[in-house]
Amino acid sequence: MIRLMKSAALAVAVSLSATSAFAAESIRLTGSGASFPAPIYLTWFKDFSKKTEGVTVDYQSKGSGAGVQDFLNKTVDFAASDSAMKPEEIAKVSEGVQLLPMTAGEIVLAYNLPGNPKGLKLSREVYSDIFLGKITQWNDPKIAAANPDLKLPATPITVVVRADSSGTTAVFTKHLSAISPAFKEALGEGNTVNWPASDKFIKSPKNDGITATVRQTPGAIGYIEYGFAKLAKVDFAELENQAGQYVVPSAESGAEALAAVNMPENLVAWLPDPQGAKSYPITSYTWMIFRKDNGNPAKAKAMREMVEYSLTEGQKIADSMGYIPLPQSVVDQVRKASANIQ
Amino acid sequence: MNTPFSIPDNPDSACRPPSAKDFLVDRIFRGLARIGVVLILALVFALVYEVGRKALPGMEKYGFDVLFGTVWDVNQGKYGILPAIWGTLYSAFIALLIAGVFGISIAIFLTQDFLPAKLAAVFRTIVELLAAIPSVVYGLWGIYVVIPAIRPLTTWLNSELGWIPFFGTSLSGPGLLPAALVLAIMILPTVAAVSQDALTSVPMKTKQAAYGMGTTHWEAILKVMVPSAATGIFGSLVLGLGRALGETMALAMLVGNANTLSVSLFAPANTLAALLALNFPEAGPSEIEVLMYAALVLMFITLLVNVLGSMLMLYAQRGNK
Repeated sequence: MIRLMKSAALAVAVSLSATSAFAAESIRLTGSGASFPAPIYLTWFKDFSKKTEGVTVDYQSKGSGAGVQDFLNKTVDFAASDSAMKPEEIAKVSEGVQLLPMTAGEIVLAYNLPGNPKGLKLSREVYSDIFLGKITQWNDPKIAAANPDLKLPATPITVVVRADSSGTTAVFTKHLSAISPAFKEALGEGNTVNWPASDKFIKSPKNDGITATVRQTPGAIGYIEYGFAKLAKVDFAELENQAGQYVVPSAESGAEALAAVNMPENLVAWLPDPQGAKSYPITSYTWMIFRKDNGNPAKAKAMREMVEYSLTEGQKIADSMGYIPLPQSVVDQVRKASANIQ
Repeated sequence: MNTPFSIPDNPDSACRPPSAKDFLVDRIFRGLARIGVVLILALVFALVYEVGRKALPGMEKYGFDVLFGTVWDVNQGKYGILPAIWGTLYSAFIALLIAGVFGISIAIFLTQDFLPAKLAAVFRTIVELLAAIPSVVYGLWGIYVVIPAIRPLTTWLNSELGWIPFFGTSLSGPGLLPAALVLAIMILPTVAAVSQDALTSVPMKTKQAAYGMGTTHWEAILKVMVPSAATGIFGSLVLGLGRALGETMALAMLVGNANTLSVSLFAPANTLAALLALNFPEAGPSEIEVLMYAALVLMFITLLVNVLGSMLMLYAQRGNK
């Protein structure tokens, strides 16, 4: 019995010393925010944590707004946001804020038509009017004009939008506001907007909710992230870009759009309506948000390593996960700026 | 501890006065139970206080406009929850209507000797299992099964009987009817289980007396058993309604979340619980005030329904006697 107790005490002592030794070396980074890049971030962080001794990264996908809120409340080490950060929010952080674009994505219009016709083309006027509730039937002459080969049914268009507040909605409405003065006037842009009151406008939570609803509703159209649409294998439309070309969402057309804008000094570039004949019109960067002064050199170093990993290894898997790899010039700019995280 | 009675000193007897230990255990148990009760009450009050405190700025700023407004536009700072209040009550009452009919029927079927006792127990367990299914699963099931299943019927109703306001719009997908149907299934176990308890607690003698008077099986059930158990059955409906009012996730997925006021069963609607669940995660400070306000309204509605239910029940009991 005594021997048993002795060995038990020894085991406890060993495990205690082991945990304390472990605690001294291990660094845990926590982040929260945007749900749009969450799938790729989680993959990055898992791989990075596995490959880097003593560093673990936890990321909670709770929405851009909530992430920024957590960042301001100092409950997380870093945040992620699709809508960057407002200047007045940045002003609240005395330690300084470093925004780093980490990846980019596209928003696609998924649709469900009888017979599953592929390659539906939507002009700028048509898709902004659909989301304004002005075009309500699939056999509308304006839709038919761009799709002479498709047999469009006399079905009402059911528009499926996000019920929850979302960065995806912000990017989408920013684009619509840029191309349609009527949309800007009536709805404006934001994480949630006041969609037209109609029984053909349905709100569903999250990307999954929209995807499921579009799938189950003949005549539905909804906006979801490209990566998600690719995974869910739904049909999505070709959209007319600024140059008047119909473009299929893909990594290439997204990269064209990114190449069309110059990344400014603060690394916040918006592409509400990118130029270029091959650019996909609804493309956007998404950012990670760091404090410049973290008051903890070890943590700051781990964060810089995490950024470096995301910029090198991370970008390689972007395409396969439905995101757009950053252009090389942007990668260089981000790498340089990440030195500000101290 | 002096004992009020004495028992012959017989070591073999199991019969003995309560020992000091028994009294102590008894007292500790009573104390713990009392603490438990106080804690529950304190928790409820803390909840109401906290929600009320956070809702107060919103109530001062927007007043009754929130209750009667129909627009929810965060960007313009317009908050109206009338469509959500309407949708909450409408969906809950339709669900209650359906669950009431089926739940009470199930209760009668399982308790009034239609089935061998063992088989009835199996069915009872199956109905109760419905309560164990997570809300999200109900939501998905609603989207993938219920909506496609009811679509042909609703299309027909809308095209043939569209002049009736209830069928005034075509069903696009998520809407009030699918939400209410799924909600009905979710509250069915509550209604069925409590009704069963009510029916089984009617004394055997009552039923035997009814048969003695020469009633048929159905007369005994409908004229004697159900009226005797009415209070309990009514209680089951109140409980079911309470659950229906507060149900969140399945509704958020099925109701369409559109801020429209419509009597059409096929139109998308909104409910308070769904509104709260979907808007809280990213709400800014001013929106949170209004959401807290909405939460308070939801609590108030639930409280009102429960109080009204209890009062009706008391009234019915008095009428019975």
